[in-house]
Formats: sequence, C-alpha cells, structure tokens
Amino acid sequence: MFKEFAKGLSITLKHLLPGHSTTVEYPKQRLEIAPRFRGLHRLVPAQDREKCVACYLCPTVCPAKCITVESEENEKGEKYPRVYEIDLLRCIFCGYCVEACPVEAIEMTSAYELANFKRGDFMYDKARLLKS
Amino acid sequence: MSDMLVTLALILGKLLFIFGVVLFMAAYLVLAERKILGRMQLRYGPNRVGPFGLMQPLADVIKLLTKEDFVPARADKWLFLIAPGITAVTALLVFAVIPFGSPLEIFGRQVPLVVVDLNIGVLYFLGVSSMAVYGVVLGGWASNSKYSLLGGVRGLSQMVSYELSLGLSLVPVIMMARSFSLTDIVMAQQSIPFVLLNPVAFGVFFICVLAESNRIPFDLPEAENELVGGFHTEYSGMRFGLFFVGEYINMVVLGSLVTVFFLGGWNGPWLPPLLWFLFKVLAVCAMFIWIRASMPRLRYDQLMNLGWKILLPLSLVNILVTGAVLLGLG
Repeated sequence: MFKEFAKGLSITLKHLLPGHSTTVEYPKQRLEIAPRFRGLHRLVPAQDREKCVACYLCPTVCPAKCITVESEENEKGEKYPRVYEIDLLRCIFCGYCVEACPVEAIEMTSAYELANFKRGDFMYDKARLLKS
Repeated sequence: MSDMLVTLALILGKLLFIFGVVLFMAAYLVLAERKILGRMQLRYGPNRVGPFGLMQPLADVIKLLTKEDFVPARADKWLFLIAPGITAVTALLVFAVIPFGSPLEIFGRQVPLVVVDLNIGVLYFLGVSSMAVYGVVLGGWASNSKYSLLGGVRGLSQMVSYELSLGLSLVPVIMMARSFSLTDIVMAQQSIPFVLLNPVAFGVFFICVLAESNRIPFDLPEAENELVGGFHTEYSGMRFGLFFVGEYINMVVLGSLVTVFFLGGWNGPWLPPLLWFLFKVLAVCAMFIWIRASMPRLRYDQLMNLGWKILLPLSLVNILVTGAVLLGLG
C-alpha cells in the first residue's frame, strides 16, 4: 500500500515541475491547423464571376439542408447562382458540398472563429462567401 | 486597573491579527491550491486576473457576493441560514488556543503570542473541532434534498469513525509533554520535535486531520462525483462561500495543530519563531494539497475499516507502548 502511495505522490510531484503543462493558452497561442481542416466555406471566384454554375448538387447532397441556391442565366447565356446562401447555424461542416461540386467552385477555409452577435449574421450570402 | 485594560487591548490586538492573517491565508490558500492542483494535473490553473492570477481571490469574493442567495422552497430556513456560519466560526474558534510564536518582550511586559493559553487547550480543540461537523450535518439536513442529506449523514458517520483516533493519537503527546496546554507542548519540543519521538502518533494524527478537514481522500460528505457536492449542493452565493472559506480556514488551523503537536511549533534554528511557525504550517498545507492531487476518494466502508480496525487499535497500542517507555525512562 505504501509503495502505491509513494508512486502516486511522486507522479504528481513530477508533474509539478515547470514545463509539464499541456495547456495551450488559446487567444495568445494557437494549435496548428490540419491541412484538411474544414472551416468556413468560400466560393471560388473566376475572372469576372464566381466559378459556381448553379447545378444544385451541393444543396442536394447537404445533409443539414443549409444551402440555398437559385439559378439564373446571364446575358452570355451561362447559368450562375443569383442567390447562394449558407446558414452557418445549420451547417455541420461535413464538407460534402465541396466533394459534390463538379467545378470545384466551393472550398473550405481554415477560419474557425465564427462567433457573432445576431442570428442574421450567420447567414452567409454570395458576396460574403466570395470574400471569405 | 490599567494593567487589565492593557491586557484586554493586547488580546483584542492579537484577535484582530489572527483574524486578518487566517482569512488572508485562507483566501490565498484557495489560489495556491488551484494553482498547484492545476500544475499537478498538467494545467496552469487561474492566471488571468492580475499578474499570475494573484487577484483571483478578490474576483471570487466579488462574484460570490453578487450572486443570488437562494433558499430552497421546503428547506428548514433557519438552520439552512446558520449552517455555513457554524462551519466557518468553529474553524476560527480553534485558533484561540494555538500559540504561533515564542513570548514577546514589549515594554517590559511578557506577551505570549496566543490569544488564551488555556491549560486544557487540547480538550478545547477536540471539543470545538467536533462542533464543526454540525455545520455539515445541519446544512445537509436543512436543504431538504436527498444529495445534501446523504452528504450530511456521511459527514456524521465519518466524524464518529475518526474522532476517537484523533483524540487517542494526542494522548501520547500529552503524556510526553505532561500538560494539556498547547504552549507547554511546544515548549516540551524545544530540543526534539515529537514527530521524531513518536512517528506512529504523528501518522495517525495526520490521517485523522485529513479526515477532519473533509478533503480528498476523505471528502465523502462532499463527493462531487456521486453527491453533486453533498451537503452544500443547495447553497449558493456567499453562503456557499462561507462553507468554502471554512474548509480552508480549517486547513490553516489543522496545519497549525499538526505543527504545534508534532513539528515543534515555533522552535527552529536561525529564523525568527513566527516565520518558522508560518513555514511549517504552509508545509503541512502543501502536503494536504499534494495528497489531494494524488489520491482517489475512499469508499464509505473503506473509511469505516480504516478508522475502526486500523487507526483505533494502532493508537491504543501506541498509548500503551509510549506509557511503558516513559515509565521505563522514569
């Protein structure tokens, strides 16, 4: 019994020595993000417009049903999304939209500090998604 | 007449001094415990409020004072309200008999550094410290909650199991010092502290003191994991704070008692007596914290086994042996 006591006490004493803490003091220090981290979405821009061709594959595959797309034709006769909205409060960051996209028009960035003040601020429309 | 007034003023001064120092120590003991515990669990502990988190006790007090003072609907209101007070006050009362330094010479007067040098100080300590369990039991019962009640019941049965050995482990000390006065007990350890003369009594007393302080490994009345917080489940705001502070005052007081009974009180080379006393008390408190970081909680029946089948016979045999040795030495 005494041997176990001594062992337990010695372990905690060893931990007390400086340099044993595993805490990352978050706002000051940050952990390195994995290369395949799934953060905030981003619509990839092409030369003069977004790459997206409004094929509706992403809202179809989305398990959380958080993507709203409305397609339209522009003057050159190309399909483009008139509305492209992601509701981040519903999004589960599964990345299926990125996988489903046939033209690689949507990708996920490493941004993860997504807190906001109003519910409305979590609706990301096309302009915000293009900038993010 | 003026002589009496001076004595009275001195006692008042000492009371204020002790009150201030003990409360200050209790507040910073909380911080020290959280820091050391954090380090031992590979964390940092509080380090946001002020440099190194040194203002954390102040922030805690402000938080507790501004919180709602909630009384459960079917609680026994009167008992519920006074129970935390009992815990904190009884813990403070014990300090009245603890000598924390060698007598001082001020303006030709001999001033003993103890509030009252009772000639039955040991009995006073045992009596008052058993009162402390009333805070736990009444608080647990008055909350009218099953977890609190279980905590209170556990506190009571735990007290019955270790209090006997606590008293009996002090008998050899009294026999060696030939006095019930705490000052005389310290004086008797001038050459060699009792921990070296009678390590068995020290061991039993230390384990009982751990149980008395209701801390891991003997925190059965509290038992966060099973009882949600035990006797103080229903308490909030500063009433919870009083229970909390009471626990830490108790740590300081029990640390001082271990120092007085076994570690030679204020006796020590080179440094001034007051510093020696403080140093020893802090060492015992650090030991408490260290043990808390390392040990799991004892089960209910394990505690009973330890108290009745191991500690009690051990302390009884120890009394016999000590008596025989003292007789043999004449």
